Amino acid sequence: MLEMAQRTLLAAFVLVAATAGGASGAPVQVDVTYITQREPLVQPISLVEPVLEDDGLMGARQALTENQTTGQFLEHEYRFIERIVPEDGDLVAEFEAALAAGERLFVADLRAEQLLELAPLADEAGALIFNTRAPDDNLRTEVCHESVLHTAPSRAMKADALAQYLIWKQWPDWFLMHGTKAPDLAFADAVRRAATRFGAKIVEERAYEFVEFARRTDSGHAQVQRQMPVLTQDVPDYDVLVVADESDIFGEYLPYRTWDPRPVAGTQGLVPTAWSRVHEQWGGTQVQRRFEKFAGRPMTERDYNNWVAVRIIGEAVTRTSNAEPQALHDYMVGDEFEIAAFKGEGLSFRQWDQQLRQPILLVNPRVLVSVSPQEQFLHQRTPLDTLGYDEPESQCRLN
Amino acid sequence: MALALAGAGGVVSQAEALEIFVSNEKGNSITIIDGDTLELVETIPVGNRPRGIALSRDGRFLYICASDDNTIQVMDTESRKVVGTLPSGPDPELLVLSPDDALIYVANEDDNMVTVVDIAAKTVVTEIPVGVEPEGMGVSHDGKWLVNTSETTNMAHFINADTLEITDNVLVDQRPRFAEWTSDDAEIWVSSEIGGTVSVIDNATRAVKHKISFEVPGVPAEALQPVGVRITDDRSLAFVALGPANRVAVVDAQSFEVEEYLLVGQRVWQLGLSPDEKFLYATNGISNDISVIDVEELEVVKSVPVGREPWGVAVKG
Repeated sequence: MLEMAQRTLLAAFVLVAATAGGASGAPVQVDVTYITQREPLVQPISLVEPVLEDDGLMGARQALTENQTTGQFLEHEYRFIERIVPEDGDLVAEFEAALAAGERLFVADLRAEQLLELAPLADEAGALIFNTRAPDDNLRTEVCHESVLHTAPSRAMKADALAQYLIWKQWPDWFLMHGTKAPDLAFADAVRRAATRFGAKIVEERAYEFVEFARRTDSGHAQVQRQMPVLTQDVPDYDVLVVADESDIFGEYLPYRTWDPRPVAGTQGLVPTAWSRVHEQWGGTQVQRRFEKFAGRPMTERDYNNWVAVRIIGEAVTRTSNAEPQALHDYMVGDEFEIAAFKGEGLSFRQWDQQLRQPILLVNPRVLVSVSPQEQFLHQRTPLDTLGYDEPESQCRLN
Repeated sequence: MALALAGAGGVVSQAEALEIFVSNEKGNSITIIDGDTLELVETIPVGNRPRGIALSRDGRFLYICASDDNTIQVMDTESRKVVGTLPSGPDPELLVLSPDDALIYVANEDDNMVTVVDIAAKTVVTEIPVGVEPEGMGVSHDGKWLVNTSETTNMAHFINADTLEITDNVLVDQRPRFAEWTSDDAEIWVSSEIGGTVSVIDNATRAVKHKISFEVPGVPAEALQPVGVRITDDRSLAFVALGPANRVAVVDAQSFEVEEYLLVGQRVWQLGLSPDEKFLYATNGISNDISVIDVEELEVVKSVPVGREPWGVAVKG
């Protein structure tokens, strides 16, 4: 017997009395639905990283409280509906139930294959789905859905962000090491594309063959210390080891153990990401602090992707005084729309694939290293469009 | 501003000398520059992350938002010492004084509040809930209205200074940072840092009557980030600090046309006019200096090094 999905409704924020003469006339009620499906929790390879059960969800909740604060001055009321489908639950059935209940604004914290089960249903119902997790490039180039807007950066955006920095640094010769699971191979593809795009040269490629083992044991470092140098020896002259290990199996063991003394970048080492606790530029301190106070932990990339999606809904509702998905969609992809999201410039959607264009942070575990796009990479529309698939490179023509 | 001469027989009161106070956000200090010689007078260590500063009307006290210490520090400008503190609410970013110097209005950035402080009693009068991330504060010259801007809610909130309630909320462009009233209280100019515009709000209608945009050939649009605004008393000119564009825009305050851009230091955020409006001082957060602008000539005449990450500026004289 399938369990009912866990659904919670957060109570609407109590309206403050003094709102006469607000920016809009009529009260607006907005339902925002967060939908995800539980997955077996993977223990991070690092002992200093906690296992998070509410990753992503807290970002969405935080943004909802911010929307509620703004909404109180305009008689806009936000309601947050959480649909967290159990591991063995039926995601599609849950989504259909949500549509039947009249919900139309979705923040989907899902893998690509799950998202694609829902997208056609959303298209038909005229709903909006914000993709806050799936980085798959084909969702931005070939598989184009009217109802889907992406706040999660694509793999190509991240690989390009890293590549620009490495080129700026004049480290154009790369040794690419990748895992063998699908996400690892996908990121390796993005790295290869970025190399061609920005003039880097992959001098050697090697795959790390994964053999299942206990992710955390106390047998310590001795084996890994011998293994990694051997795996990375005899490589033609290179500047950087670019690692594609989204599965987080071996990449973290590479720094300081490569045969040649070389920096590591990619999914470990110097990492391109939408967000990190190490970032406090452009007023970032404020959102980091209030998130930590709210969630009791630092804000992750997944939290940020969800946060910005819910904030975008709030911004569009604030500006249009409308909760209808079509009206919101048209405003969001229009020329006027932009949202300040602590990245130093207003973010907006690419009209052809509905990807949120944004600066990408380059971080190590303790500090921010850089932010791409790097200066001097030019573009006729905006330097942000040097990251990821540009309009001529995508088959999507959604607007 | 009439100031009494101290003592007898040709001694010029210290109160008449032009002095520029600059808060150094990273340096945790206040730099004092002699306004006539443009030389460093003294650097005074203060609390953590000092940002907004404001002088009492008589210039005797400088009130400093020590943001990370969650307090307001009070500096005696004659002794140049911190002589006390005032409660401020958490994370005070910017403050303004009521025209009668009785009250301080503080924006508490982390808490979505404006805190009202009674200076003499050293107590908090009340806290007013506002939008997310309040920063900009502007009091009307008649003392009747307070405007607070919220960076994430993107509004200018009009607060009745008697009832201390919000009566109007005006939506502006992304990330408003500063609110400045014209001398006759007819208009309130609100800068939107990420939106890249300055909204001119008509006080009578409480609606945006004009939006000023900026454009500099060769400078990317996203670098034009308006923050501080100052308007001359006669409402002829307005100055807008444009952040990482490293320029101060000179705006015809009647026609709202941008007349020119003055190149200053890096990441210019806040501005202060000398009392006689002959000079405008701009804080350059990344080049760690202030730019001195001759208002009549509309020329940048000097850069003066100050402490690390200069933020606020207040001018006494």
